Amino acid sequence: MAAPPPAAAATTRTGALTVGLSPYTARTSAFRRAQICRHRLPTLRCRRAQPLTAAASSSPVFHGECFVVGENIDTDQIIPAEHLTLVPSKADEYRKLGSFAFSGLPSAAYPTPFVAPGEESSRYAVIVGGPNFGCGSSREHAPVALGAAGARAVVAESYARIFFRNSVATGEVYPLELAEAGAWKECKTGDIVTVDIGKAVMINHTSGKEYKLKPIGDAGPVVEAGGIFAYARKTGMIASKASA
Amino acid sequence: MTMTEKILARASERASLEPGENVWVDVDVLMTHDVCGPGTIGIFKKEFGEDAKVWDREKVVIIPDHYIFTSDERANRNVDILRDFCMEQKIKYFYDIKDLSDFKANPDYKGVCHVALAQEGHCRPGEVLLGTDSHTCNAGAFGQFATGIGNTDAGFVLGTGKALLKVPPTIRFVLDGEMPPYLLAKDLILQIIGEISVSGATYKSMEFVGSTIESLNMEERMTLCNMVIEAGGKNGVVPADETTFKYLEGKTSVGYEPVYSDAQARFVSDYHFDVSKLEPVVAKPHSPDNRALARECKDVKIDRVYIGSCTGGKIEDFLAAAKVFFASGKKVKVPTFLVPATQKVWMDVYGLSVPEFGGKTCSQIFEEAGCDTPASPSCGACLGGPRDTYARMNEPMVCVSTTNRNFPGRMGHKEGQIYLASPYTAAASALTGYVTDPRDFLM
Repeated sequence: MAAPPPAAAATTRTGALTVGLSPYTARTSAFRRAQICRHRLPTLRCRRAQPLTAAASSSPVFHGECFVVGENIDTDQIIPAEHLTLVPSKADEYRKLGSFAFSGLPSAAYPTPFVAPGEESSRYAVIVGGPNFGCGSSREHAPVALGAAGARAVVAESYARIFFRNSVATGEVYPLELAEAGAWKECKTGDIVTVDIGKAVMINHTSGKEYKLKPIGDAGPVVEAGGIFAYARKTGMIASKASA
Repeated sequence: MTMTEKILARASERASLEPGENVWVDVDVLMTHDVCGPGTIGIFKKEFGEDAKVWDREKVVIIPDHYIFTSDERANRNVDILRDFCMEQKIKYFYDIKDLSDFKANPDYKGVCHVALAQEGHCRPGEVLLGTDSHTCNAGAFGQFATGIGNTDAGFVLGTGKALLKVPPTIRFVLDGEMPPYLLAKDLILQIIGEISVSGATYKSMEFVGSTIESLNMEERMTLCNMVIEAGGKNGVVPADETTFKYLEGKTSVGYEPVYSDAQARFVSDYHFDVSKLEPVVAKPHSPDNRALARECKDVKIDRVYIGSCTGGKIEDFLAAAKVFFASGKKVKVPTFLVPATQKVWMDVYGLSVPEFGGKTCSQIFEEAGCDTPASPSCGACLGGPRDTYARMNEPMVCVSTTNRNFPGRMGHKEGQIYLASPYTAAASALTGYVTDPRDFLM
C-alpha cells in the first residue's frame, strides 16, 4: 500500500476546517457550514502539503476512504422514497437525510453500510461508481443525502443527467467522471484515495494506481462556491443578499 | 431544426440554435408536488427573501399526489406547507386535499401530477414545462418540451421564470405498422429501452414518429413519453396532431402553437420498428432495460399485481386490464391492486359503462374478477412511500406492475422483485399467478 500524502495524515478527526492552514471555502448556507463543522467527518477534505498557491486554493483535494458501488445506481438506492418526507432546506431534516444515504443499497451486495448504524455521517469522503450513476428520480434529496453524510465527491464512469445537475446546483458533491471505462471496478470499499480536482486525477493509495478524471470544467467553480445561487452572487450575476 | 430545438429556440427568443448550446429559456409552466415542493419553497424563500413573490402565479401548478393517504406526520405537514405557500402566493392552480378520509370530499384534488397536468390542460404543444419530478417528460406526448429538475433549479424558476438549459440532440424513433391487439404503448417503450439501455438517451431528446404513433390516443402517447427518463432521456416528444388538438378542446383557454421537426432536421440516430412484428414484453428485475418476452417468463411465479401510477394508472390502462378480465371470465389468483392515477380516472373506472363489456363498468369487472377495490388516487406504492402506503411491498415479494421503475426497493422492500409490464400483461398475470403473455386470453 502506497503511503498517503503527509497532509492527509495530519488531518485529524476534527477535520481540516479547524486546521489553521486550510482556508475553508464558503459554502452556500450557514447551516451547511455548521453541519460540516459540527459533525464528525474523519476523512474530511484536506489540503496537500505543497505550498499554497492561488491555483491550489481553488482546486480542492479530497482524501480518505472510498465507498464503491456498481453500475446504474439509481436515486431510490441512494435515498429510498420513504425518506422523501424529509425536506432538505430544513437544517435538522437535512442532517437526517445524511444518515439515510445509500440505505437503499441491497444488503447482500453491500454488506458494509455507507453510514454506520447509529451514526449521522459517513466515514467515506469519496464515492466511486460505475456508469449512469444517479439514474431515476429527479429527487434532489439524493446529492443532498450524500453531501449531508459528509461525502465530498463522487467519481463515477458517467452520470444520469438530473443527478449531475442537482449535484452542481446544490454544490453538495463534486460529480467527477473517470476518463477510462471500467476503472471504477479496480477500487474496493475502504481503499484510501486522493481526488485532486485541479490535476483531474484520483490516486488509489491502497492499490497504488492513478486514474485520470475528465475535467469538470465550468461546473467546478459552481460546486466550489456551494451551488448556483452562491456562485451567482459570488460572481456578481445576481445581487448579493444577506442569506440567513 | 428538430421539434425540441425549435421549442427551445422560441422559448429563448433565438432564431436558431444547435444541440449542445446552453440557453436561457422562459418557462411556461412550473409544476411541483408534496415531495419536492416544500424544499423548492424553502430554497425560493431563502434565496429571494421571505416576502418574495413567484414570477407568475398563473404559471405555477402545485399538485399534492405522492404521500397523501398516510398517517405519516411529516408527509401530512408537507401538504400543509404547499397549502400555506399557495394561499400566500395566490397560486391559481393548486389541487388541494384536506379530508384524507374521503378523497371525493375534496373537489379540487386531482391525484398523480403528470396525469392531472394533462387532464387540466397544462400540457400544450410548443411550450416549456418544467417539474420537480423525473416523469415530467410525460407531457412530451403533447409536443411540449417537458423535463424534470431538482429543487434548487425549481427554486430559481419560481423566482425568475427562467431556466438555463442545454439543447439536447434528438434521437428519432420511427414506429410503423399496425399495432397488434395484444400490445400497448408500454410494450413499445419497454422494447425501446431494452434496445438502447437505461443510459441510451442520456442528455438526449427522443422523438417518436410513424404511423403507429399517429394511431395512438393521448393516454398511450403519454405512456411512451413518460418512460423516456428510464432510458436517460432529457425529454420525449410526439408531434401534435388532430388527436392532440381534440384532447385539448375545452381543457385550456391558453393559445398554443405547435412546432414540428423540419424535413432537413438533424437527428443523432434513427431507430425503426415494425410494430406489427413485436410481442408483449416485460422488464425483469432490477432494471427497466432488462427486457424479456412475457412468454419467456411464464415460469416466474408472482405474489401480486399492481395497476397504477402516472405510467399505468390512466383510464385507458384500466380499460385494458378490464378487457383481459372480461375476456377470460375468470378470477385473479393473486392479490391485484388497482390505484387510479387521478380522481377523474377513479370516477371513470366506476362511472363509464363500456359497450364492449356488455355495458359494465371497469369497477364491476374488477369486482367480478376478485381484484382489490380500486383505491384512492395517488402515486400509491409505485415508489414505496411511507410504510402505511396502500399496496406497498413490505415483504420480499414478486410483483407484476404497470409502473415505470423496478429498481431494488422501488416499491418498498429491498429484496422485492418487480416485473414491469403493460396493463394487458399485468391482468393476464393476475389471472394465472405467473408472468403471462396476454395473448393467452385475448386471442
